[in-house]
Amino acid sequence: MLRLSARIAPALRGAGLPFLPVLALTIMVIGMGIMQPRATSYIGLQLILRFVPPMIFAALAQLCVITASDIDFGIGPFISLVNCIAATLLSSHPALCFLLLAAGVAAYGAMGAFIQIRRLPSIVVTLGASFIWLGLALLIMPTPAGSAPDWLVALAHWRAPYLPLPILVGVLAAIFSQWFFRMSSYGVVLRGLGSAPPFLRDAGWSLVVARSALYALAGLFGVISGLMLTALISSGDANVGTPYTLLSVAAVIVGGSSFTGGVISPIGAVVGAFIMLLTGVLLSFTPISSDWQLSVQGLLLLLVLGLRALSRRHA
Amino acid sequence: MKALAARLRERRWVWSFAGALVVWLITVISAGGRGAGATLTAGLGFAAFYVMAGMGQMLVVAAGPGNIDLSIPAVMTLAGYLAIGAMHGDPSMLWLGIVVVLAVGGSVGLINVGLIKIARVPPMVATLSAGFIMQSITIAYSKTTTAKPPGILMQFAVGRTMGIPWIAIVLIVAAAILGLVMSRSVFGRDLLAVGQSERAAYLAGIPTRRITTIVYVASSLLAAVTGLLLAAYSGGAALDMSSDFLLMSIAVVVIGGTSITGGRVSAAGIWGGSLFLYLMSTMLNVLGLGAGVRYGLTGVIIIAVLALSEDHAPI
Repeated sequence: MLRLSARIAPALRGAGLPFLPVLALTIMVIGMGIMQPRATSYIGLQLILRFVPPMIFAALAQLCVITASDIDFGIGPFISLVNCIAATLLSSHPALCFLLLAAGVAAYGAMGAFIQIRRLPSIVVTLGASFIWLGLALLIMPTPAGSAPDWLVALAHWRAPYLPLPILVGVLAAIFSQWFFRMSSYGVVLRGLGSAPPFLRDAGWSLVVARSALYALAGLFGVISGLMLTALISSGDANVGTPYTLLSVAAVIVGGSSFTGGVISPIGAVVGAFIMLLTGVLLSFTPISSDWQLSVQGLLLLLVLGLRALSRRHA
Repeated sequence: MKALAARLRERRWVWSFAGALVVWLITVISAGGRGAGATLTAGLGFAAFYVMAGMGQMLVVAAGPGNIDLSIPAVMTLAGYLAIGAMHGDPSMLWLGIVVVLAVGGSVGLINVGLIKIARVPPMVATLSAGFIMQSITIAYSKTTTAKPPGILMQFAVGRTMGIPWIAIVLIVAAAILGLVMSRSVFGRDLLAVGQSERAAYLAGIPTRRITTIVYVASSLLAAVTGLLLAAYSGGAALDMSSDFLLMSIAVVVIGGTSITGGRVSAAGIWGGSLFLYLMSTMLNVLGLGAGVRYGLTGVIIIAVLALSEDHAPI
């Protein structure tokens, strides 16, 4: 088994697939199939995994920021803000709604430029920004209300041929982000911002533009995540996005990316999003109370980081 | 004039008190001059809780870039619940409540240090994950208890002499002692040296690991005591009683003039920052503005303070 994995792992890595996260996800899906066979049917997966798409895009938003060796503590409240804007305006004033969402993306880009120019710690800036997003969301929607337009709801419940929609979204998101970050030429520049910013600057690239681009992309993924969430819950709630902050960090790290150095795995982040959601699903199949879900997810993150630190020490 | 400007730059905490004075004056004027004293004494009483948690956060932040304690709110709630539950309203069991508070604070602090120093997990993820695990425990425990705090503890938490809350007096003395420790004691100087450059401090023979351990344990202990007193103040523990403290503990430290990248602190500034933020929320209430504006403005002010300060982290 060990020798087999020693041969498979490099081959998978060569293909851009992170070995351990894929193995963990496979075991989880098999475990779910044994505990609840009906859960692995097309309908079962479509239902159980329906909250995966917003999680995937939250994870990809966090991935962009982690690529710059930063961390975004405001992505959860930003997703809430998108949800509140969409639930209020998307049906009645779609143009105004998209204008506001574009302004949100621009604000994210400006935040990246600000962090680069003033060399500020991203954690405090994004934490400060998280309160701005929360404040705006509460101003728009003091109590949960609103609705999603029918076309958005229909989109979220679309029965795709062959693959359940959440899996289809995952595959497409993984292919796109893997291509963008690992193969496109500007993706390489962006990863350079996390690994060796002085070299990037000496090579003539603007660090301000690069960080701003990564943050704007994070904002764009945040908007997509918020819209998908709106489609699923069909209402607006200023606190609905809060859990996505930790979950997105956990998904990215469990998927094999590092906090520093621009060492990232976009496919891993998507796989990580599935893993984080399935921990909750698997827990609900056991007699353990769902109160412990936060604990399990926090422990999983610590376990992955601890094991990684140990393997580094032995290497 | 130049000398004055130089002194103001050195003593940034003056700005936080100036800000507190301005928002207090606006509150008093817009209330038609009524309740000037009451606003101030209420402010002193509530700001004292921010100060208590903020002192721990300041010690951690002083230890250099990346050091931050995000487990403070979770420790507060857990300690509040467990201690109030252990005492069960019985004044003769006060000692047990104090033992519980010290045990919760001490053990979470040690867990944080272990994760950061032994498992090499980045401080923000270590403290956040540890916090999520504490939060699960609290949620599970909260269903089994509805105890009230012992009368003697409530009397202490809400007690006043000549209108000045006892807690405020204790915390003014505590902040003064902390200021002296930071500027005069070997520990204080060692901590600032670690914050400016951990490597240089280590090579200079400073026990860096012991310093880091002390600050994280001190932060958790202070958070645990804050949790107990806040629970006593509000007549019992509640799951959401510390939800403000994640951002607030950081905000009061930053607004008070402590450098978020470590190596420079201001204990007096914690009081200035806490009074400012509490009086600002009073002002917004008097002006008839809701929670949304308060959150948004808090975020804007934190980012503005960061932008105006001259901290530059190395690339």
